[in-house]
Amino acid sequence: MFERRLSHHVDWVLIGAVLAICAVGLAMIFSTTGGAGKVYWTQVYALGLGLIGMAVAASIDYRSLADKSHWLYLAIVVLLVAVLFFGAVRGGSRRWLELGFFNLQPSEFAKATLALMLAKMLGEERRSALTNNDLFIAAALTAVPFLIIARQPDLGTAVTLLPILFVVAYAAGMPMKYIYAGLVVAVLAAPVAYKFGLQDYQRERISTFLDPAQDPKGAGYQQIQARITVGSGGVTGKGFMEGTQGQLRFLPVAHNDFIFSVLAEEQGLVGVLAALGLYLFVILRALDAARLAKDRLGAYLVLGVLSSFTFQVLYNITMSAGLAPVKGLTLPLMSYGGSSMIATLVGFGLILNVRMRRFSN
Amino acid sequence: MAIAEDRRRLTTRLTVLRVSAAVAFGMLAGGFWFFQVVQFAQFKEMAENNHQRTLTLRAPRGIIYDRTGKLLVENRNSFNISIVREHTKDLDRTIRLVATVTGLEEKVVREIVDRHRREPSYRPIVVVQDATLAQVAAVTARRLDFELPDVLVQEVPTRQYPDQDMAAHLIGYVGEASEDQMQADGVTTGSIVGQFGVERVYNKLLMGEDGAKRVVVNSMGREIRTLEEVPPVQGRRVQLTINYAMQKAAEDSLRNYGYNGSAVILEPKTGEVLTLTSLPAFDPNAFATGIDRATWNSLNNDKLRPLQNRAIQGRYSPGSTFKIVVATAALEEGVITPSHQVFCPGGGTFYGRFFQCLGKHGYMDLAHAIEKSCNTYFYTVGNMLGVDKMYKWSERLGLALKSGIDLPNEGESIVPSTEWKQKRYNERWYPGETVSVAIGQGQLSVTPMSMAVMMATVANGGTRVVPHLVKAQDEGSGWVPVPPPASPFVPFVMKPETITAVRDGLWMVVNGAGTGKRAMIAGRDVAGKTGTAQVISLQGKERARGRTEQDLRDHGWFVFMAPKDNPEIAGVVFAEHGEHGSSAAQVARHIIETYFAQRDGLPLPVLVPPAPVVAPAAPSRVAAAATTAGGGTQ
Repeated sequence: MFERRLSHHVDWVLIGAVLAICAVGLAMIFSTTGGAGKVYWTQVYALGLGLIGMAVAASIDYRSLADKSHWLYLAIVVLLVAVLFFGAVRGGSRRWLELGFFNLQPSEFAKATLALMLAKMLGEERRSALTNNDLFIAAALTAVPFLIIARQPDLGTAVTLLPILFVVAYAAGMPMKYIYAGLVVAVLAAPVAYKFGLQDYQRERISTFLDPAQDPKGAGYQQIQARITVGSGGVTGKGFMEGTQGQLRFLPVAHNDFIFSVLAEEQGLVGVLAALGLYLFVILRALDAARLAKDRLGAYLVLGVLSSFTFQVLYNITMSAGLAPVKGLTLPLMSYGGSSMIATLVGFGLILNVRMRRFSN
Repeated sequence: MAIAEDRRRLTTRLTVLRVSAAVAFGMLAGGFWFFQVVQFAQFKEMAENNHQRTLTLRAPRGIIYDRTGKLLVENRNSFNISIVREHTKDLDRTIRLVATVTGLEEKVVREIVDRHRREPSYRPIVVVQDATLAQVAAVTARRLDFELPDVLVQEVPTRQYPDQDMAAHLIGYVGEASEDQMQADGVTTGSIVGQFGVERVYNKLLMGEDGAKRVVVNSMGREIRTLEEVPPVQGRRVQLTINYAMQKAAEDSLRNYGYNGSAVILEPKTGEVLTLTSLPAFDPNAFATGIDRATWNSLNNDKLRPLQNRAIQGRYSPGSTFKIVVATAALEEGVITPSHQVFCPGGGTFYGRFFQCLGKHGYMDLAHAIEKSCNTYFYTVGNMLGVDKMYKWSERLGLALKSGIDLPNEGESIVPSTEWKQKRYNERWYPGETVSVAIGQGQLSVTPMSMAVMMATVANGGTRVVPHLVKAQDEGSGWVPVPPPASPFVPFVMKPETITAVRDGLWMVVNGAGTGKRAMIAGRDVAGKTGTAQVISLQGKERARGRTEQDLRDHGWFVFMAPKDNPEIAGVVFAEHGEHGSSAAQVARHIIETYFAQRDGLPLPVLVPPAPVVAPAAPSRVAAAATTAGGGTQ
């Protein structure tokens, strides 16, 4: 399967940039958890496993994978359903399958799987133009894991599936009128969804986002603290492990959801710009892989994986600065979280896969 | 066709995505720039407020000594338990837990917290002052569990009065500053300031400067480390003019003979107050750690009024002691000479009314009239003087108005005059009233302090001093004497024959055939005068009979100076319900003895408890006239 000459086309630059982000993440985890403790080493192991996963995902020709994508899709749906019944409850939601040595979060792997599934469906060479029927099937395929994950409940992760659908459909030539129509519907539906589609605590999060001062010790607390954390970092930051907000636990889950806030606090605007630069570089470099892809399947696969990644990065960093409602969305490659790390790296394995096979048949 | 078009569209849409990503990241970078550069200062301050807490380190108040270097007031360390609401998420829960852990009533804790609710939340609200070790242990143990992170235990210096209620009215007490005091003393809420006595008047000296400690706290409010510490500066040491041995002797002696009352003794030359006591007293230690309501109520509702400083607030009729003023006035005004004689047949008729004397003294000169406290003599001389001359000399000698002592809320001593009566009652003065006033009856009402000042002026032969309580203060480089306050009174010099005649008369009261014999001390030449202050008029007594248990016995005065010819001490003992001035003289004897014993380095005298008296025959009151409240004023 893995032909020797392909190794010449491996995108080492992308791998280097991804690893650089991981290294920054490890350093921040080290800082916020007070040294090389259990959390830190778990993340290191996850990184190791993730790299293996990335290698595997890169090795198997994506076209072969795409041919099996309906099986992978089925497998992930079964796992997600299993989580609903057998998952471990933490913080009020079922997200993890306890496997003894490792807690697996299937929803993380649903993203790459959905990307593969949609790429295969919309990118098959024999198809010509995108039909409404195609779009409907793509939406249905997205809806199944979306609804299951939302039931856990983990609306945040569920929402990260939507960019996959939109971006792949967009790339596949979805007519612009649908995009405009979709925007109009979204704007009109938002108040209705707010009123009927959300739980009380979700509504509360949004309303405190709009006015955090209405509940500075409750729901608005994290948001206010996030801004203080970021703002007090200044240009050069307070120094490694010197951040008061993260170190003294004014900001909750600093090694997880708010890791970027701590980076901003300790490394300042300089560190923020460096990290943002790395992420943007990774995204643009991966987009290159889509441009260079040999076939539509490859291009859509890259875009599918990348859309979910980009959405999550942008949302998390916006939230880190206290500019978006607090949602349990991690920052891919930096936040603590084994499943997220492995799944993200596997995703990048697929991107490498597409790029290195751009000349092969 | 399709492939190429497809390809072109994909390329276009990829470009759109690329640009969108770049724009999104650019906006994020702009957001961070706005927070971290534009609003940096504001967020930096908010972060510091978050994790830095400034704790006040209470300055120990200055130590207070007596004039001989004996310690009167010191400080001890106690523990305060406070609630800091800054990081509290559930105040009710905290209040409940604190109440349970410290064994207080939840209602009480809530009341305290409510009282301070409007203060900034970083300021600790002291819930338990002077906590017991058990309470401290219970709280600190819980803190480790993170159960009570917003509860603070602080060690604070607390006022300690080793002699409990001794000199309580003079020394005063401390307590939490009221709104007005916060303004006046420039302190913040929760500060401890003087509330009474010297603690109040000299609060600025004694208070010191609180220090501060800036500490880092985590989100649970736990102290992580100290950033900066400004140590508190202790208040200045202050030395009072009080003589511990005499102060103690005065209180012991009053108690020994079973009297409440007051004693004020001055050093006549300087106005330094050697003794200032008022009984019953209170224990200022109870105030130092925040007095509880029950104690406060019982002090306030006590019929004997232990919070009243009788020495400067109690006003009583001077009785025969006023004859000293009349004698001085008559001699200085030249109305009589010391050898002027008056015949006493047991009273005299003035303005058609008979005024009684307690004896039939026959021919008397001034000194003997003082010795025997002859009413007839002073009726006559007082009548010659007129009320306004008597008032003039009362004021000159310091018996009228205020002494100006450095204590708050001094009462004004009243000696009547025609002008006073006109103002007060809008009535003219009747000459008959003058006759009563001449023996200290009528509308005179004076404080023990003004009596002491009057005696000091007489002892000085005219120079009226202002009594004061602080002798020296220490700013850190040793004792620096505090100059006595400048006397605002016009100095005058009494004629030598006035001085001699009055002093001789007073000496004979104690050492001759007078009423002050109980104060006689061999070789000490005590000179003095007794007086009886009527508590209630005869008619009043009739009315009060049978329907009140209130003690209606008269009060006893004894004013004195010693030694007669160059007086070193001058003062007064007031024995509440002592019935007669001689009981006050008895009390004074122990104090005067103590003074001389200490001066000469002799062992201090020991009090002998009085033998139980078997129903003493009460001196029958001799009514002067049926109409006015004249009478026995020996």
